[in-house]
Amino acid sequence: MDRRAKLIEIIQKVSKQDAVPGADESLFESGLLDSFGLPDLISALEKEFGIQVPDSDLNPRKFDTLERIEEYLDSRN
Amino acid sequence: MAFIKEFGCWLPIRAVTSEEAGSWVGADSTWVKNVSGIEERRFATDEDMVADLAARAGNDCLERAGMQGKDLGMVMVASGSGERTFPGPACVAAQKMGASGVPALDLTMASAGSLFGISLAARLAAQLGPILVIGAEKMSRIVAREPQERGVAVLFGDGAGACLITADSGKAEIVDSVLNTDGSFSEDLTLECDRPIKMNGRSVILQASRKIPAAIRSLLEQYSIDPPDVLAFLMHQANQNLIDRVADALGVPSAKFFSNIRKYGNTSSASMLIAAAEWSREFGFEPGEPVIFAAFGAGFNWGALLARGV
Repeated sequence: MDRRAKLIEIIQKVSKQDAVPGADESLFESGLLDSFGLPDLISALEKEFGIQVPDSDLNPRKFDTLERIEEYLDSRN
Repeated sequence: MAFIKEFGCWLPIRAVTSEEAGSWVGADSTWVKNVSGIEERRFATDEDMVADLAARAGNDCLERAGMQGKDLGMVMVASGSGERTFPGPACVAAQKMGASGVPALDLTMASAGSLFGISLAARLAAQLGPILVIGAEKMSRIVAREPQERGVAVLFGDGAGACLITADSGKAEIVDSVLNTDGSFSEDLTLECDRPIKMNGRSVILQASRKIPAAIRSLLEQYSIDPPDVLAFLMHQANQNLIDRVADALGVPSAKFFSNIRKYGNTSSASMLIAAAEWSREFGFEPGEPVIFAAFGAGFNWGALLARGV
């Protein structure tokens, strides 16, 4: 499974919804994520990709779309 | 060494339902309850000032401890909702409690102020004598400011809590505390003069969800205590969903986190001490058993405090 597919799977699991977000679609505005889903998403990313997101990176904008999440993961590699 | 001798609290009589609060911003009570766990909050009268609320909670605490204002070595009042920039409510509250002449210190910190106050008082009580730490907030004056935001107006309530710290004896020994501040996020939760509260709720929840469990865990690890072995967690009552999330992160049932947010909403710096006062009357410390206090608020300021029943 490629990374994009894995991210979609994580988002669907966290949001408990089957919707597939567009690459630049806001996960918040689309209703897939709310304030309390975001910590779950970041925890899932940490577990799946073996990273530790430092508090200084805990900016909701960094995780608002699939593209931004991928940019963040790229920056950590 | 310092001890928690007694708690006190005061809540206004007027209960405002989530149906009423939701009507101000076009939200129904079910939504309010789902996003926050809040069913009611208390609003003080127009005449009541933060110092009045503080003095009532302080007097409740002093009466329960069998002490008077003149017996105190210091008064601290934590509040983010004081009516004026200076003087803050501490001097007036102290005067109303018969503690004129006793140094009175304002902690202008929302939500985490009472935790910081207790931690400081524990370090100062041996030098200054008994210290009365009060958290008092009149948030109703602030949430009424236009434009009201749906995600803010329904959350807050008024109230005050108090805690008496002494150097010699009490219900629980204050073992240690961890306090943290990170101004990097200072713009995410602000209150400017005569303006509504500005809150980046996503950032606040995200940071609090991570920082509170981390602070608690780091403190407990120093004393080789596993979270499930803590008797009770007395946390700032910001949002029931946040309380549940912190409990889950620590691997303990939510029932260990005393909660009264359903009745009072988020009373900012007062909430942890109001919760402590109610918990103390309903359950209370047990000899040797650890109890954790924790809070998170604008700044961001956050931390945790470990106490053990005597």
